[in-house]
Amino acid sequence: MLTKLTARLEQGAVIVAGTNGKTTTTRMIADVFELVPWRVVHNRSGSNLVRGVIAAFVQRASLTGCPGGEIAVIEADEAALPELVRRVRPRIILLNNLFRDQLDRYGELDTIGKTWRGVLKDLDAGTTVIVNGDDPALVAISDSLAAKRVCFGLDETTHRLDVLPHAADAAVCRVCGADLAYHALYVSHLGDWYCPNCGRKRPELTYTGSNIQLYGVESLALDISEGEGHSHHLTVGVPGLYNAYNALAAASVAREVGVPWELIGQAFDAFRSAFGRIERVQYKGRDLTLALVKNPTGFNEVLRMLTAETGGLALPTMIAINDLDADGRDVSWLWDVDFELLARGKGDLYTTGLRGPDMANRLKYAGVALDRIHSLPNELPAGLDAFVEAVPEGYAAYILPSYTAMLALRKTLADRGAVDAFWEQ
Amino acid sequence: MTTESPRCLVVGWLYGTKMNIYGDRGNVLAIAQRARWRDIDVEIREIGFGESIPDDVDIFFWGGGQDQEQVAVSHDMQGEKAEQLRTSIENGAAMLAVCGGYQLLGHEYRPHNGEPLRGIGLFDATSMAGPERFIGNVVVNSRWGILVGFENHSGLTWLGEGVEPLGKIQVGCGNNGQDGTEGAIYRNAIGCYLHGALLPKNPALTDWLVEMGLRHRYGSADLPAIDDDLERRAHETAMQRAFTTR
Ligand SMILES: [Zn+2]
Repeated sequence: MLTKLTARLEQGAVIVAGTNGKTTTTRMIADVFELVPWRVVHNRSGSNLVRGVIAAFVQRASLTGCPGGEIAVIEADEAALPELVRRVRPRIILLNNLFRDQLDRYGELDTIGKTWRGVLKDLDAGTTVIVNGDDPALVAISDSLAAKRVCFGLDETTHRLDVLPHAADAAVCRVCGADLAYHALYVSHLGDWYCPNCGRKRPELTYTGSNIQLYGVESLALDISEGEGHSHHLTVGVPGLYNAYNALAAASVAREVGVPWELIGQAFDAFRSAFGRIERVQYKGRDLTLALVKNPTGFNEVLRMLTAETGGLALPTMIAINDLDADGRDVSWLWDVDFELLARGKGDLYTTGLRGPDMANRLKYAGVALDRIHSLPNELPAGLDAFVEAVPEGYAAYILPSYTAMLALRKTLADRGAVDAFWEQ
Repeated sequence: MTTESPRCLVVGWLYGTKMNIYGDRGNVLAIAQRARWRDIDVEIREIGFGESIPDDVDIFFWGGGQDQEQVAVSHDMQGEKAEQLRTSIENGAAMLAVCGGYQLLGHEYRPHNGEPLRGIGLFDATSMAGPERFIGNVVVNSRWGILVGFENHSGLTWLGEGVEPLGKIQVGCGNNGQDGTEGAIYRNAIGCYLHGALLPKNPALTDWLVEMGLRHRYGSADLPAIDDDLERRAHETAMQRAFTTR
């Protein structure tokens, strides 16, 4: 049924894959398409498995089997990608990044890479594979395909990392096995890479992001150039360097299906974060910024965003870590996050969640002074109440929850009628 | 007040950048921090491919890798290098090996397909690919008291007769899901399947490794007690979660 429905889409289907930023990137692409205007079939609700996608189609399909839209944008999780590609025969596949996620959910990275390679090899020239050229692993699995490959990446002077974060897998040259080096490293193992041994390097970029401006936890701006053409200045209503990558990826997809830059700019400027990814809430006179943390790379980038301006943590911060299925039952991943960043700064750290004590212990070993670490009750909302109590009225604070902790916090805040400042702007 | 120069320890991290999944670097961090909090200087040395084992390492750590790295590592840890590692352990150096590293301390690891990977035979133990994956929280009774961790392995390890396990499984599957054992001990070397990371929330075990490291270097060890409040809470929570989830 899915195969039939997608075959009837006038503009075809786009599949978005990657460990981090899928939901945001998918929404960005859908928002751009809606300005065209196309009617977009989109598995918006985070239901990114095959049956969720079918449900999205069924919702929009008429009884005669017409898909009720011109184009589909489908968020595919790592495991579902092969089946979705087989059934949907997409016009475009976007490979955004491949980071280490909770391993008990997806198996190891090598395995995912091999599976994806198998899928991509079977595609014909009717599909365009849009690849983050800054990710050497994704470049390796998308080399010499029958399908057309288009790469995007950053050429950025300000926002660079000095060393590979602990969460990143040391990248190895797929040709000669030597360790890769970087002219510039941006996020995790993403950057302008090359092999010092055999000369293999980042492929030619069709879409290049540069001149990135980060505005705290609010928004960002960047320039994107297409081929040899002049660059386009875009403002994006979500913060953090990782969202610059997401915007660059979304713009590459939009351009490949022929959407004018003007519409891309409009959609990005109006874009706001998805529920729970990052949002601001006024609650009991406190200005709370919530940012979801779901894996080491995502957590590292959030910490980078919070400490960028002052070089340390300036505001009181609550970290809420659960270990339910959707969080990953193994909390080992906390040891791959570079919490050492938090050892500087005056902001106190509060821990809660089913594994709050693991988090507090992690901070201790990261070198955070003991008088800055406060253990709250593990249960939510008791942990939230204690935190809000500790933050003086009129002050701002950060909350960094894992996935199910975010759901619990969001429900509490909604039940209590907290004003969601973000959506009221 | 004494004016003698501070004590020091050398930690050897085998294949650090290549075999570091599941947050196992937390173990190296725990050893280093708990030593530093006692004013012991710590030098962490990565021992990579083609590099020999320095003879002044007091505590080794060897983590797990993905399949590809596991093969490369087993080829590298052979001959003279394997002999150097065995000699270090015979001379009293301490060691913690987790998952992939643990398997390669036995005689061999037999995958489903392909050639067996040869280990260094420090433990009289053999590992093979099993039919299912053991995933979940683990509680082990050991001579360091209760240990808590998280297992995630499909390899099964069988200990030879008389080999001392790290402990007896109270919650979880352990070495092979059948004989109730988890891990193995030989002299001051410990191998096991426990991630978590293991050492930060099992400070008694960490301190034992530090103590054995000091004995290796100085012949004696004096390790003053330190505040373990957060470690104790993390330990208790992990234990509760293990009983709740398995
Ligand atoms: Zn090379």
